[in-house]
Amino acid sequence: MTDLLAPLKFKPSRNYSLTGPEKDRAIEDGLVSAEWYQTPIDRKVLKQFIKRTDGPAIRDFVIWMALLVTTGAGGVYFWGTWWAVPFFVAYGVLYGTSSDSRWHESLHGTAFKTRWMNDWLYELASFMQIWNPVIWRWSHMRHHTDTTIVGRDPEIGTMRPPQMILMGLNLIGLTSVPRNLLALGRHSVGRFTDDERDFTPESELPRAVLSARIHLAIYGCVIVSCFVWGTILPAMLIGLPRAYGVWLLPIMGLPQHAGLAEDVLDHRLNSRTILLPLPLRFIYWNMNYHVEHHMFPMVPYHALPALHEAIKHDCPKPKGLLATWRELFPVMIRQIRDQNHYIHQVLPDGAGAPNFGPRQQH
Amino acid sequence: MPWIEAISADDIDRDDVMRWDYGGRTYAIYRTEDDEFFASDGLCTHEKVHLADGLLMDYEIECPKHNGRFDIRDGSARRAPVCEALRTYPVKVDVGMIYVELPD
Ligand code: FES
Repeated sequence: MTDLLAPLKFKPSRNYSLTGPEKDRAIEDGLVSAEWYQTPIDRKVLKQFIKRTDGPAIRDFVIWMALLVTTGAGGVYFWGTWWAVPFFVAYGVLYGTSSDSRWHESLHGTAFKTRWMNDWLYELASFMQIWNPVIWRWSHMRHHTDTTIVGRDPEIGTMRPPQMILMGLNLIGLTSVPRNLLALGRHSVGRFTDDERDFTPESELPRAVLSARIHLAIYGCVIVSCFVWGTILPAMLIGLPRAYGVWLLPIMGLPQHAGLAEDVLDHRLNSRTILLPLPLRFIYWNMNYHVEHHMFPMVPYHALPALHEAIKHDCPKPKGLLATWRELFPVMIRQIRDQNHYIHQVLPDGAGAPNFGPRQQH
Repeated sequence: MPWIEAISADDIDRDDVMRWDYGGRTYAIYRTEDDEFFASDGLCTHEKVHLADGLLMDYEIECPKHNGRFDIRDGSARRAPVCEALRTYPVKVDVGMIYVELPD
């Protein structure tokens, strides 16, 4: 029988630290800053996809804000009654889950054409995520350079064996929120982990300290106002939604890379596109087109469905959310005892030859 | 500092960038919407990715890998993660051909 407590007892099968032996191995084996497979696409066609415009993101931002204000106001109005629950459920998802994709898109600078709009959204969404905007920018850059390369990628969400219980607790932010707050606390006094120093240039650290202090000061004001008014309502609106509203994020986000190959140089093998209905794509700003995003990070979220159509002949056939989890969950359970097990993505007939990378050349 | 004949101006669309390899090095040649031409080193200073695969927006080239940006007029770094400036080169157009002035 599978021991579900095993993830709490086991150490990861490999050393996922960015400063440990796997880093050196990755460098030696030529997996670092390597050349990745990219589906050939006509430059004129690609230019249509990468073109920047403000319109779609302004529209979606206004809708998002309107929904946040409406559901938040409803929650406040009905506070103290059961009627507040559905409002806060919706508000929480719009805050705790949606802010992740807004953070991501503005980090890439692809949401808007106008630069200050991207920068402003990035700061706002980082705050909502309880993430240091400086550190996470550099973390994500590394994730794009060395996606799921062990010893290099700081954003491997499901290390082997998968920490099933911790992931379950995280559906309501029970590990991520305290961890994020502690990280802000560390950063605010100039303390950074070895991993953070590995991917963040030294010159950026003072800005990271300042950002952490500003974020903590705002959270401090929220806590003070809770005491002054004798209610947790302010925290229900700012801060706590990152916990009670984050549950949908791992459901849509973990499949981005979970259960797939490590140490390959082909996003078709280590990333996963899933098909989602429109409301979920709005919440997730099309980040379900994850293979496409990694292959062509210049393409804005609103052009990803069109890019998907243009390159799907070369990529694994995507599944819906339920079908994806039906395939993924048993694999994660099996990885608890068999850490060499993973899903081998199947490429369609006629697709470009997979780039397994130097370690897995078949 | 010799002027080297690079490519025909007609080879690049307006508002686009093109790769040009010469003497074992790679360069990027830009043509703006207003029909101005510029040239720079072809590889991003962040992680050596070809800028010719990037997106030209006015006077800024966006790198295709991490969306870092440079000003093509002077090579200055305009958006993280690029921190180091890009080397630029003088360009002239003569009878439809683009010439780039490269160091000896
Ligand atoms: S390689 Fe150009 S921004 Fe990173």
